[in-house]
Amino acid sequence: MKLFPIRGGIHPEYRKERTAEKAIVSFPTPAMLYIPLQQHIGAPAEAVVQAGDLVKKGQLLAKGVGAVSAPSHAPTSGSIEAVAEITAPHPSGLPQLTIVLKADGKDEWASDLPAPIADPFAASPDEIRARVAWAGIVGLGGAAFPTPVKLNLGAQLKIHTLLLNGAECEPYLTCDDRVMREYAGEVLDGARIMAHTLGAGRIVIAIEDNKPEAQRIMRDATKAFANIEVIGVPVQYPMGSERHLTQAITGLETPARKLTADLGVVVHNVMTARAVHKAVREGKPLLSRVVTVSGGAVQDPKNIEALIGTKLSELVGFCGGLAKDARRFVNGGPMMGQPLPGLDVPLVKGMSGILALTSAEVNERPSSPCIRCGTCVTICPCGLVPVEMAAVIRKDHLDQAAHLGVMDCVSCGSCSYICPSHIPLVHYFNYAKGMLNAQDREKRRLDRVKHLAEARNERLEKAAAAKKAAAAAAAAAKKAAAEAASTSTADNRPSA
Amino acid sequence: MLLAIGSVAIMGAALGGLLGAAAKLLAVEENPLEVELLGMLPGAQCGQCGYVGCGQYAAALAKGEASITACAPGGKPVIEALAKKLGVTADMDDHEEESLQYAVVDESLCIGCMRCLGECSVDAIVGAAKQMHTVIKQECHGCKKCFNICPTEAIKMVTVPVTLSSWHWHKPQSDQAVH
Repeated sequence: MKLFPIRGGIHPEYRKERTAEKAIVSFPTPAMLYIPLQQHIGAPAEAVVQAGDLVKKGQLLAKGVGAVSAPSHAPTSGSIEAVAEITAPHPSGLPQLTIVLKADGKDEWASDLPAPIADPFAASPDEIRARVAWAGIVGLGGAAFPTPVKLNLGAQLKIHTLLLNGAECEPYLTCDDRVMREYAGEVLDGARIMAHTLGAGRIVIAIEDNKPEAQRIMRDATKAFANIEVIGVPVQYPMGSERHLTQAITGLETPARKLTADLGVVVHNVMTARAVHKAVREGKPLLSRVVTVSGGAVQDPKNIEALIGTKLSELVGFCGGLAKDARRFVNGGPMMGQPLPGLDVPLVKGMSGILALTSAEVNERPSSPCIRCGTCVTICPCGLVPVEMAAVIRKDHLDQAAHLGVMDCVSCGSCSYICPSHIPLVHYFNYAKGMLNAQDREKRRLDRVKHLAEARNERLEKAAAAKKAAAAAAAAAKKAAAEAASTSTADNRPSA
Repeated sequence: MLLAIGSVAIMGAALGGLLGAAAKLLAVEENPLEVELLGMLPGAQCGQCGYVGCGQYAAALAKGEASITACAPGGKPVIEALAKKLGVTADMDDHEEESLQYAVVDESLCIGCMRCLGECSVDAIVGAAKQMHTVIKQECHGCKKCFNICPTEAIKMVTVPVTLSSWHWHKPQSDQAVH
């Protein structure tokens, strides 16, 4: 199949060999699990259990609230110790509401789990979507966007292709690679179920060329299906970005502020497909995920299948602990991953990597003035002009940055990586995007205040008018009564 | 009876007509600049600028009598918009960007005097006479009018906390920026 070129991009050192050839190992159930209520994009889930409750494995702990949200289930049986504020695996280090579960070691399944759907291809898309929503599945590639919302796109738009993302372009990470190699059948079945739900006739599985073994295994697994293709895509960061992958496969560029679904393509991660398979075929919610624990500071890097809510310190300990001092802990890959406040935070659904990077790997250097070399412009995969945007953001001219397209930046970090002056370009763009979003929220809040103030004025005017009318009516009634009294006395007089 | 209704109705129609005609004939000409400035202000009618409401502040601005940095809820974006419109440079020195607050009623101190209810420009306080009052947190815009009028100091202003959804990256410090 013909592939289309994507703009820009970089070729960092991949450093995947540390974990790529190591089979996935399961982490035993820990004594304590910490399940945050916000593990996904959208509204936080709402806890339906409280301290002291006994729960079984797979039982609902927190329900989704609103259209874009996701529930969470008990990863094992045990008792709820607390629903408390605990440090989130988030760069801010802020606390968030978290359900603390003490495992009882029995690992007993709940009895009220839904039955497996024997023939998902005969089931209606709504039934599959409801099952995926029940299972609390979110995008496991890292974005953690609720999967049922994306599966619903088929109802509004004509989707012709399900693009299964096995590119895994971030350095260090190999969890998708291992899942494709070890669970090819489950990934494929999940992908077919998702394509059925979306009404997509064609499935394309895109895998970067640095994973020949995964490509071979997936090709073997898909031989029986004429509508499924496995495509090797060039090793070029950020190939795994859904917009760029769509462009490489279809040649179509997703317009600004539109979705790939507007082009008839929906992109899902390979591990998400496996989770869909488990929810539909086995009736099991999303309780665990495969995560790459790597980085130069880790003694024995591994791919681990662990329960959601396991403390990261336990997972790093499982890999032999830290051999060197870690300068930074990262959630995800080194390019787009976010720094972690420490290892005393839980594993969440969207965490594809836990990296402990040494200071040599982090390579922090003070930034020097821009030399106008233009490299950032050449490599920007979104066709933006990072140097100009950073210059206006430095002066806090955010409206100009928005005009230059900062909101179309995907924060891939290629510009920061390539900059010879070590200017933290993507940091400027993340700041600008955060500020612009905050301004937008502020504007909506002020609109609401204005609306309420106007409503109050209207109410006061109405009340004043009603008071006036009542006073006028009372005066008129008094007058009428007085008139009636005078006429009656006048009437009475002659007869008296 | 009919006479009474009729007379009141005629009176109403005549007075209404008179008022309508007067409104047309004696209409005060609006300053278009004032209307435009009013559109830029948040419209919260909070009075933190020292004027009764946004309309009066806009009028003062149009006459060049008021400082453009007085609007607290509007913050920096409003100041910049006003500066651009009026063709003046914004002097941010006397403007302190305050973090957003909301009011909380301490129930043990509230005597149900209803004073704060009348002050609130967005109807964010519920309660009745001699009954406890409470603030609807989501609707409160932190203008402090209730805080200032409360006779028992039962109202406290609390800073809206930064949450995971409102947090964002700070600006890189150019002198200590590291890659």
